[in-house]
Amino acid sequence: MEILIAFLVMLGIALAAGLLLLVFSKLFAVEKNPLEISVRECLPGINCGACGYKGCDDYATALVDGTAKPNLCIPGAQTAADAISGILGIEKVIVEDVVAFVACNGNCEATSPAARYDGVSTCKAASMLYGGPGSCRFGCLGLGDCAMACPSNAICLADGIAHVDTSRCIGCGLCKQTCPKKVIVMVPQESAVAVMCGNKQKGADARKACKNACIGCKKCEKACPAGAITVVDNLAVIDYTKCTHCGNCVDVCPTGCLRKVFFPDIPEGCDVQSLID
Amino acid sequence: MEQMKILLIILFSAVFVDNYVLSRFLGICPFLGVSKKFDQASGMGIAVTVVMLIATAVTWPIQYFVLNALNMGYLQNIVFILVIATLVQILEMLLRKLSPALYKGLGVYLPLITTNCAVLGVTINNIIDGYSFAESMVSSLGCGLGFLLAMVLFSGLRSRINESNIPTPFRGLAVTLIAASFISLVFMGFSGIVENIFG
Repeated sequence: MEILIAFLVMLGIALAAGLLLLVFSKLFAVEKNPLEISVRECLPGINCGACGYKGCDDYATALVDGTAKPNLCIPGAQTAADAISGILGIEKVIVEDVVAFVACNGNCEATSPAARYDGVSTCKAASMLYGGPGSCRFGCLGLGDCAMACPSNAICLADGIAHVDTSRCIGCGLCKQTCPKKVIVMVPQESAVAVMCGNKQKGADARKACKNACIGCKKCEKACPAGAITVVDNLAVIDYTKCTHCGNCVDVCPTGCLRKVFFPDIPEGCDVQSLID
Repeated sequence: MEQMKILLIILFSAVFVDNYVLSRFLGICPFLGVSKKFDQASGMGIAVTVVMLIATAVTWPIQYFVLNALNMGYLQNIVFILVIATLVQILEMLLRKLSPALYKGLGVYLPLITTNCAVLGVTINNIIDGYSFAESMVSSLGCGLGFLLAMVLFSGLRSRINESNIPTPFRGLAVTLIAASFISLVFMGFSGIVENIFG
C-alpha cells in the first residue's frame, strides 16, 4: 500500500513538472527563422565542427546572418553547399574536399620503440611521458586516439601506426585535433602525393630513428617541375596549390616517404569495423 | 528583534563561515570550470543564487506539505532533483524569451546548474537544519551570495595567476588547485567570528 502511495506521489510530481514544462515551452516558444530551419536541414547534423562553428545549428545561424560562406561544411560536400546557396539565393561556391592523412610511415618494420610503455593506453597519456616511447619523437604512437575520435569509423590501427580509409573519411578534422603528435594532416582529396613523415631531425638522425623517414635530401625539390615542393626544417612540404600531380617526386624519393595517397592504403588485417566493435 | 538577529546570523554564517564552496566543498565543478573570467564567474554566481532561492521556495513546501505529511521523507533526494531540474529548465525558457542577451551571456552555465550539487545541498541542508520558511530563504540567499563571493574572488586570483610566471610543473590545473586551497584556508579564519559579532 505504502509503495503505491509513494509511486503515485512521484508520478504526480513528475506529471506536474512535465505539464509545467510543456506549458512554458508553448507559452515562451522562441520563433526560429524558417530560413534557418531549411538551411539546417541541408547540413548533415553530426556537429563535427569542421566549419569552425559550435555545431550544425550554429553554422546554420551564421549562414542565414550572411557571416559564413556556404562551402565550409566538408562532410556535407558539394551537395550541401549547392542546396544552401540555392535556399539563400547566393552564388555557388566550390567546396574543397579534404581527407585526413597520417603523415607517418613508422611501422614496426621501419622503426622500433626506444622504451617500453606500460601506462594508460592512449596517445595523449603516452605523449606526456617524454614524448612517447618511440625512437622517433615526431611519429605516430599507434594507440588510436584518432580512431576513437573519428565519427565515421574511418581510422584503423595496424603495424604500429594509424591508417585512414579515405573512402570513409568525411574530412571533419577531428582526428587532426585529437592527435597529440600532430602527425595527421588534411590533404586535398584530388592530391596524388603526400609526405608520409613528420620528422624534422637532420638526415642521419632521422634515418637512425626510422628507416622510412624523410631525410631532407631535396631530390624531390629538384625533381618537381612546378616548384611545389620545398624542404623546410629537413622535411619536404608540398604546396598543393602548385602541385600538378605528375608524380616525379615519388619516383626520386630514396626513402619512399613521398607516397601516392590513394594506393590501397589499408594493410591486411586492418579491419576498421572489428576495431570499433 | 530576536528573530531579526537569528536571520542575520544565518545569512552571515552562510556567506562566510559555512561557505558552500570553500568550507563545505560543494559546487566545485563550476568553481574551477567557470572562474577564468570575471564576467563569466559573476554571471554564474548570480544565476546560482537565483536558482537557489527559487529552488528553496518550491522544495520547502513540498518537503513539509507533501513528503512529511505522507511520511515519505526518504523520497527527498529524488523529488528535489526532479523539481530543481524542472525549475532550471523553466528559467532557461523564460530567459530565452524575455532576455535573449542574458540568455546568451549565461549560455551553457544555466543547464550546468541543473545538476549542481550546491543547489541540491542548500535545499536539503535547509530541511536538515530544521529552518522555518523565512530562515530557509535567508539561508539560501546567504549560500548563493557566498558562492558568488567565492567565484568572484577566485576569478580575480586566476587572472593574476595567468599574468604571472609560474614554474612549468605547476602550470594549469596544479596551480589552480593550490590557489583554491589557499582561499579555502583563508575562509577558515572566519569561524567563530559571526557568533561573536551578533552574540
